[in-house]
Amino acid sequence: MKRLFSIFVLSLVTVAPAQAALKIQSWKLANGTRVLFVENHSIPIVDLNVQFDAGSRRDPDGKAGTASLTNAMLARGLHASNTPLPEPAMTEAEISDQFADIGAQRAGGAGADRADISLRTLSSRAERDTAVKLVARILAHPSFPEDFFARDKARTLAAVREDETKPETIADKAFWRLLYGEHPYAKQETVPSVEAITRDDLVTFHAKHYVANRAIVSLIGDVTRDEADAIAQQLTMRLPQGESLPELPPVRLSAAHEERIEHPASQTHVLLGMPALSRGDPDYFALIVGNYVLGSGGFVSRLMHEVREKRGLSYSVYSSFNPLAQPGPFQAGFQTQRAQTADALRVTRDTIATFLRDGPTKEELQAAKNNLIGGFPLRIDNNRKILDNMAAIGFYNLPFDYLDTWTSNVAKVTIADIKAAFSRKLALDKMSTVIVGDVK
Amino acid sequence: MKFRIAAAFAGLALSWLPTVALAEIAQEFMLKNGMKIIVKEDHRAPTVAHMIWYKTGSMDEVNGTTGIAHALEHMMFKGTKTLKPGEFSKRVAALGGRENAFTNKDYTAYFQQIEKSKLNQVMALEADRMANLIFDKDEFSKEIRVVMEERRWRTDDQPIPLVYEALYATAFNAHPYHHPVVGWMSDLQSMTVGDARSWYQHWYAPNNATMVVSGDVDAKQVYKLAEKYFGQIPRKAVPVTRSQTEPLQRGIRRVTVKAPAENPYVVLAFKVPTLRDVERDMNVHALDVLAAILDGYDNARLSAKLVRTDKVANSVGAGYDNIARGPSLFLLDGTPAKGVTTEQLEKLLRAEVERIARDGVSEDELKRVKAQLIASQIYKRDSIFGQAMEIGTMEMSGLSHTQIDRVIDKLKEVTADQVKAVAQKYFSDDTLTVATLVPLPLTEKKAPPAGLRH
Repeated sequence: MKRLFSIFVLSLVTVAPAQAALKIQSWKLANGTRVLFVENHSIPIVDLNVQFDAGSRRDPDGKAGTASLTNAMLARGLHASNTPLPEPAMTEAEISDQFADIGAQRAGGAGADRADISLRTLSSRAERDTAVKLVARILAHPSFPEDFFARDKARTLAAVREDETKPETIADKAFWRLLYGEHPYAKQETVPSVEAITRDDLVTFHAKHYVANRAIVSLIGDVTRDEADAIAQQLTMRLPQGESLPELPPVRLSAAHEERIEHPASQTHVLLGMPALSRGDPDYFALIVGNYVLGSGGFVSRLMHEVREKRGLSYSVYSSFNPLAQPGPFQAGFQTQRAQTADALRVTRDTIATFLRDGPTKEELQAAKNNLIGGFPLRIDNNRKILDNMAAIGFYNLPFDYLDTWTSNVAKVTIADIKAAFSRKLALDKMSTVIVGDVK
Repeated sequence: MKFRIAAAFAGLALSWLPTVALAEIAQEFMLKNGMKIIVKEDHRAPTVAHMIWYKTGSMDEVNGTTGIAHALEHMMFKGTKTLKPGEFSKRVAALGGRENAFTNKDYTAYFQQIEKSKLNQVMALEADRMANLIFDKDEFSKEIRVVMEERRWRTDDQPIPLVYEALYATAFNAHPYHHPVVGWMSDLQSMTVGDARSWYQHWYAPNNATMVVSGDVDAKQVYKLAEKYFGQIPRKAVPVTRSQTEPLQRGIRRVTVKAPAENPYVVLAFKVPTLRDVERDMNVHALDVLAAILDGYDNARLSAKLVRTDKVANSVGAGYDNIARGPSLFLLDGTPAKGVTTEQLEKLLRAEVERIARDGVSEDELKRVKAQLIASQIYKRDSIFGQAMEIGTMEMSGLSHTQIDRVIDKLKEVTADQVKAVAQKYFSDDTLTVATLVPLPLTEKKAPPAGLRH
């Protein structure tokens, strides 16, 4: 019953790497792996993740879901190996029990650009060594057992079918397809695309993408620089070298479309937006400061004020930028009871149009800076948050002083910068709209 | 809900990790007006979590105005004698803060996360709305529409939440856990600004509130600030919620929910005890360990058997939340695999508990569950917000935050025999409620396939 759960969600997509007085050390291993490390002895734990260019944008044609299924199946079993060391096969149950016995926590997943595996472990030597070695083997020796593959595929299909009944996910998938057309970012799991995936596809995908020369290890916690280096080596020493990956096609701005999908839910779900922002784009700070005013500033944004506070049309309404390797979407969204769909959409569009035309007021700009700069310490106040920032810096090759200059970059933004950046990246008549629910 | 024993408890002593820097012990103070102040110092980063917990939630509501505790929570952002509607959030935002609030069955809580030097300013804001909230009819009528949208979004259009709403309404007849926190839609439709005002006047008092602060602060300094901002707010006579004891359940109850969905789902709820006496309630601790053995880690029993080995379910789980003001349920749930019915899955889930009742659990499993318990006590120190949450929920249930570590000790004492005994004792038909989702096809046409546009 949180009053507004979306502010947390949004902060994940709109917030970028950050920090001052947080020393990131970085180096490259002989096998090409890049390492980012923050030494922090305040709690006896280590948090790490290993990322690869193995997100859904690399899904084979017609087989959307391969990246995600590959990642999900890494720990379903290990094959025996002799290089570089003799190591036995392991079952999924043995892997899980071993992690559980030492209290280690493993997670992972595949997004549009990147796929990763992450680990939280106690920093004490025995636990840490066991956990790191197990993660290293999961990255290098997955056996993708045939029977588990069949089971996981069936579970994935059940989940995809479930998603196809839910207005949120129907809208989300339609939105990406509409914005990205032929580009890989448009790839969305469907029943036929998952049915087309074979075990061989996973083996091939894994061999091609989980490679040492494209691995990025981020690590924070209770170890020294030398220990971190040894951990990074241990994590990647079993991985092969990979050939370079094909360039992805550029994101082409397609004409604005409106897609209406009938759904019996009591609320209509609406998304509108367009491809907009890449990581490292010089407009980045102007856009996030401006968007704070428009739709990401929790209860104080213009969209929240106009749609929810003033008119009571929706519980959640927001706008966000999702910066990716190539232009990721700007999106605004809300949900409202069926009869109010047209009203809420009109208010949302008007609010965006006014902002694009006039930009923020002087007071709004100051309020945005006060929040972003004043709240900066909250972005880096625990290991998990810092690790997320490090991972983004590492994967997207953001400058290492990004952390130190974040607040001053926010401080520099002017109203003119915001207006110029928004008009370079967005135009209301180029935004596509997805409406799921009442389409009359 | 999974592995709550791991996620929800604090801990300090770790005998097998002698080098561990010990966490600070939370300190407790009481203002003269009866407001409790609990401070957990944690100096890792220059930030603070500040929370005000009111011991009033949906279980204090009466029929006809269900959802009022949550609606009032929304109104707490709508202005005081000196602040315009929305001004509270503007000020917190200007300080760089993040804020929100949440209402549950047992409590209503408000929080800000903020850089430490701003703590006094958010305290002043919370003190203001504890005493000086105003109730504007127009603001209320807009906000209650937002609440109705929230209900549509979170419950009416969501099959699984609909199942849980039906489960609680079926498992509890007399106890107010019968009602959903957000309230029934017709109660929201007839709710008035007067209902909200009356709720506020009755329950929002310093002697019904607990402040929890965690982060980079000095405890005594926080106490002084609390005294400065909240000390002048007068104590009130707070109503006593009548105890509406749930009568003994005398046989299995079933409820079915039909809703647009793809996969069926079933949840089984057994009536079990709530934690009241940390030292004596060994059955509660044993049930907690039982939940972890069933579903506390990837290869725990339910998943290992039903998802991994027999492939009869797409997902399964067990949950037991025993920190509460009211009664507790032990839940088993799952989505069957294709070709398996919910009736079959129901039997298979119960069979796993019966297997423990018959054969017990292994020492390896017990050790594994405890290893995670110990590690999770250290992991949780990474989040000051999580630590403040833990203190608040413990206090609201009627237990003291000082017992958090003691609960861990008691869990470590649980034996295999005790787990077996509770598996035998609490899982009969007589106190069981089963709620089932029967998926309906979408009545209209489905989403178009990939690539198709119109």
